[in-house]
Amino acid sequence: MEYFLELFFGGLTRGSIYALIALGYTMVYGIIQLINFAHGEIYMIGAFVALIVAGVCTIYGLSGISILILAAIIAVIYASAYGYTLEKVAYRPLRGAPRLSPLISAIGMSIFLQNYVLLAQTPDFLPFPRLIPDFAFMEPVAHIIGSPELVILVTTMVTMILLTLLIKKTKVGKAMRATQQDMDMARLVGVNVDRIISLTFIIGSALAAIGGVLVASYIGQVNFYIGFLAGVKAFTAAVLGGIGSIPGAVLGGLVLGWAESFAAGYISSDYEDVFTFGLLVLILTLRPAGILGKARKQKV
Amino acid sequence: MLQNLKQSLIVSLWFVFLTFPLMVIRVNTMDQVVVWRWMNMLWVALASFILSYLWRYMLTRQQMRKAVAEEGGETRSKLQLLLEDMSFRYKAMGVLLLAALIFPQVFDTYQSTIMISALIYVVLGLGLNISVGLAGLLDLGYVAFFGVGAYSYALLNHHFDLGFWITLPIGGIIGCLFGVVLGFPILRLRGDYLAIVTLGFGMIFKVVMENWSSLSFGPSGIANIDKPSFFGMDLSLADSTIYIYYIMIALVIFTILVTNRLKNSRIGRAWIAMREDEIACVAMGIDMARTKLSAYALGAFWAGMVGVLFASKTTFINPASFTFMESAIILSIVVLGGMGSILGVILGAFILILLPEYMRAFSEYRMLAFGAAMVIMMIFRPQGIISNLRQTYQYKGLKGKTNNG
Repeated sequence: MEYFLELFFGGLTRGSIYALIALGYTMVYGIIQLINFAHGEIYMIGAFVALIVAGVCTIYGLSGISILILAAIIAVIYASAYGYTLEKVAYRPLRGAPRLSPLISAIGMSIFLQNYVLLAQTPDFLPFPRLIPDFAFMEPVAHIIGSPELVILVTTMVTMILLTLLIKKTKVGKAMRATQQDMDMARLVGVNVDRIISLTFIIGSALAAIGGVLVASYIGQVNFYIGFLAGVKAFTAAVLGGIGSIPGAVLGGLVLGWAESFAAGYISSDYEDVFTFGLLVLILTLRPAGILGKARKQKV
Repeated sequence: MLQNLKQSLIVSLWFVFLTFPLMVIRVNTMDQVVVWRWMNMLWVALASFILSYLWRYMLTRQQMRKAVAEEGGETRSKLQLLLEDMSFRYKAMGVLLLAALIFPQVFDTYQSTIMISALIYVVLGLGLNISVGLAGLLDLGYVAFFGVGAYSYALLNHHFDLGFWITLPIGGIIGCLFGVVLGFPILRLRGDYLAIVTLGFGMIFKVVMENWSSLSFGPSGIANIDKPSFFGMDLSLADSTIYIYYIMIALVIFTILVTNRLKNSRIGRAWIAMREDEIACVAMGIDMARTKLSAYALGAFWAGMVGVLFASKTTFINPASFTFMESAIILSIVVLGGMGSILGVILGAFILILLPEYMRAFSEYRMLAFGAAMVIMMIFRPQGIISNLRQTYQYKGLKGKTNNG
């Protein structure tokens, strides 16, 4: 039972990170129907900026969880800036182009950003300073769920609640939903669609950066290549839940996290990625639009 | 002018801000040292200032060209008009063939080796062109079929001592079978769902090959694969490279002939119809499942075949040769060259494979340039180097008859 709980919480932690990154994919896809392949790289840049801030601070003798918060804030600012620039440079000129063009552009951007970080920084894995302390009140359950996992769970939950409030309650959220439903109609009723798209990229990138900081401080190391696999898995999560749907992304992330955790714990950890994609193929053959996705009837 | 200057200044400042942590600070958390590289800031400012000028200039030119096209002006480039001239085409083909044949005699083994890998990508590009360019099925895991071909030769050679020439068609057929098997679950999927599932297949292939050690010898791979035999003779390394080069030329010509015929065949037109509109295509009585599966199978066939050749060329394979990067490169070959256009794909393969090869001096920056080139190409020439022209039919006899009547 204890082993089961450990895997359960491990899967939950992992899944909530996937969900955080998947939200960025799903929001962008919902609005401009583009797989933002470079999203994983934004996540990596977020983690790297946090590493740089935290590294500089620890070397100059500062430490503790407040440094982690500072690093996270700067990482979020920078990742959002990168996301905004990415959209402006690589995707905006391609609006209205055939579907494959922005996708190729996104793959190109992903390769570019990876190599940019590789050249500007280092190809090696860099250790991330340990900034999350062991909370005393977590002592009795530490063998099932540790303090870093708790921090991740609380942070992701708060972030998702804030995101839901933003989308459901604010005027900007309303404009975002309108743009998602019908871009031309939204433009007609006075929504500045370009600004909404930029904003979507900024929010998605910020979420990815939060995920990046959490993972980096949890796993304890960062390099230029971490974005690729995280990006692919988060995208899988988004598709699993039904791309374009925000609750779907969260659900898909959690399902994926649990599936990986249990499969690795009970069957074999070597084939973890096979289970991930096997699950994806299985669900998509049964429900081609994902778990929560609406199957769109095509009218001719 | 002043407006432009101001705009570029803003862009430049923005990029200085953007690249500040990554370009200026280099922190090594292992040895606890921080290096501040302030000079980089200057370079970024200068480069982004100049590039933003260039970028805006190109964008306005692009807009102007679009406006001309909308007014019904000539949009085909001089190159395309030249290519439509049949007699020029035949002459050019003859010259190219001759150049290809004497290439290994003129240049050394190293050049031939590079040329072989470029030709391998030509075949891969033409194969993927069937599913992506003609049938419109985006495949991000194409490298799996290539790997299947390479592994089938390596394993058959290792366990049963089968030779190259027997395995070449076997590899193609195994690739084909995999195409059908993987095609089944994704018949109902469209667009981006298809993309992610095929990407998943590519990843699964690599993970399985890495971990199923009893079959594939794991990450250490399979070594000492036989090179192609030449009537039972032992060839020196240089000779066998030239030999493989000629096999590759023959394979490329074979691929071009077959894909060209396929493109204009009944099934080829069914693919194009499916790409344009699935519903209308089904309504016209085309069997969707068969058309999709045949596109996958025939695309995978070439990858399987050329995989066999790849294994025999390198004599060593391991799962690291079959990553997502390879799939992305093959896809970019198809898209950069011009989807659906055979000549475009060939050109695309040569540019994408040979340029990085000859730019080894800047090897650190070549992947950076590769990524940037993909983006720039998509923005300024989305139809590829050579855009695909629709086959048009003209009834030649008509002209004379109408004159009489």
